[in-house]
Amino acid sequence: MLHRRLLWLLLALVLACAVYMTFAAKGSWSFLLPFRGQKLAALVLVGASLSVATVLFQTITGNRILTPSIMGFDQLFIMIQTVLVFMMGSADYVGLPALLLFALNIGLMSGLGLGLFTLLRRGARGEMMRLVLTGIIFGVFLRSATGFVQRMIDPVEFSVVTVVTYARFNTVDGLLLVLATLVTLPALWAAWRMRARLDVLGLGETVALGLGEPPRRSQSAVLVLICTLVASATALVGPMAAFFGLIVSALAHVITPTERHAILLPSAALTGAVVLVGGQTLLERVLGLATPISVVVEAVGGALFLFLLLKRRRA
Amino acid sequence: MIRVDQVSHQIGGAPILHDISLEIPKGGITALIGPNGAGKSTLLSLMARLQVLRQGEIHIDDMQIGKVSDRVLARHLAIMAQSTHVSARLRVEELVAFGRYPWHRGRPGPEDHALVEAAIARFGLGPMRARFLDEISGGQRQRAFVAMAFAQDTDYLLLDEPLNNLDIAGARSLMRLLRQMADEDGKTVVIVLHDINYAARFADRIVALHEGRVAAQGPAAEVVTDALLRDVFGTDAEVSVIDGQPVVLV
Repeated sequence: MLHRRLLWLLLALVLACAVYMTFAAKGSWSFLLPFRGQKLAALVLVGASLSVATVLFQTITGNRILTPSIMGFDQLFIMIQTVLVFMMGSADYVGLPALLLFALNIGLMSGLGLGLFTLLRRGARGEMMRLVLTGIIFGVFLRSATGFVQRMIDPVEFSVVTVVTYARFNTVDGLLLVLATLVTLPALWAAWRMRARLDVLGLGETVALGLGEPPRRSQSAVLVLICTLVASATALVGPMAAFFGLIVSALAHVITPTERHAILLPSAALTGAVVLVGGQTLLERVLGLATPISVVVEAVGGALFLFLLLKRRRA
Repeated sequence: MIRVDQVSHQIGGAPILHDISLEIPKGGITALIGPNGAGKSTLLSLMARLQVLRQGEIHIDDMQIGKVSDRVLARHLAIMAQSTHVSARLRVEELVAFGRYPWHRGRPGPEDHALVEAAIARFGLGPMRARFLDEISGGQRQRAFVAMAFAQDTDYLLLDEPLNNLDIAGARSLMRLLRQMADEDGKTVVIVLHDINYAARFADRIVALHEGRVAAQGPAAEVVTDALLRDVFGTDAEVSVIDGQPVVLV
């Protein structure tokens, strides 16, 4: 039954992609196909990788409310951009080759992210809840520190930072898309290969250890995957809405109610892609590109999340 | 056989175990008893490698804790920790099936399914196999965890105070199931118990700990005495012998 639901999700994704590619198509197909195709590929890639990263994160922390972005992971991206603009000025920043900036972002984000988690974990002495709480506080700290630097920047240069700190799919560089795919696909594949181990990790640290799956080592491996997935998606399009991962994982749990990652991972990846492609279609065709996609996701997702919470309470 | 050699342990600078040496023979039920803070749970979690062993050695048969890989150990030693809480929303049958994980590591075969079915039948979980763990009673949940440990098909089973929060019927039926596993399947069960009477009634051997040292060990009839209660537990309850079994009159 759950497998059939995965098929339905796949069908929904194909449908959403078809609508996105063909709806209100004016102009020659030789232009539209690669133009929209590239954006579509970015949407699917980002949707899938952020959703899988969230599910991974929720499994190793044993909760359904935390996501990497709540831990301040996206903040890392904004901080890097802010510091770059602050140090080299907006003209030089905008002049940076896209490839260099991408590599810089992905490297710094996963490097700093992993360093951060390692540091936090050492302080937390193996207690995941402590790690998570420290992480949230650290996210607030990063946000404040970034805000401090942003206030010291010239207002004109600040606007440059503001623009890049929202996820945009309107201008996706083809080369970066290929690079991000090359980083993301192996990470997704590695997550898929770990599905049985993830099931065991979801049972909690003691039970996992009893079944021969030492949690600390697996947690490190999963953290590497999470950092890679989020970093490559963020470096490609900018930070997604903080709500996104939360909504998609909650939706995936509703659509495919199971703890088995063999179902949950593809279900989350498909749901994430459907939400993003659908959201972008709505944005481009109905709202006329009036807002960044993250705003649409926040608005629709926030309401949906509230609905899910209330529905669960009544049940 | 579980061999504990000169094990000491500190938590946050406070000594918990002092130079403990102990042999737990293969087969039967061995109960660890002692007052609060005597170190019985610590000793068990060191055997179960839930805490890192720093001083001394523990061997399970010829496997040394800390040296042997977790994967290998998981096929010889099953553990049931105190207040096992699973945050994942699982059905009973799914939990029991996880017991086979050390053997198939994610690719269950027909033999694994058969053993899971056997465990479900043996522990009377058939009627509630499709229910979620948070929908059944505490006693039924503990039974599901023991069934999972049974499906793990190990020679050794370590349990940390499994009777907590169970009523008398639940506690007795759990102890009877453990007794069965020791008698019929030849498993070696090591169990931390709070209630001396349960230990005396169901265990073959009792090891009493006091302030991180072994205070007494042997069959219940030899260990559970007025003197033990006075010296180790610091209470003047009397022990009476009923049908050859010591019973603490609380």
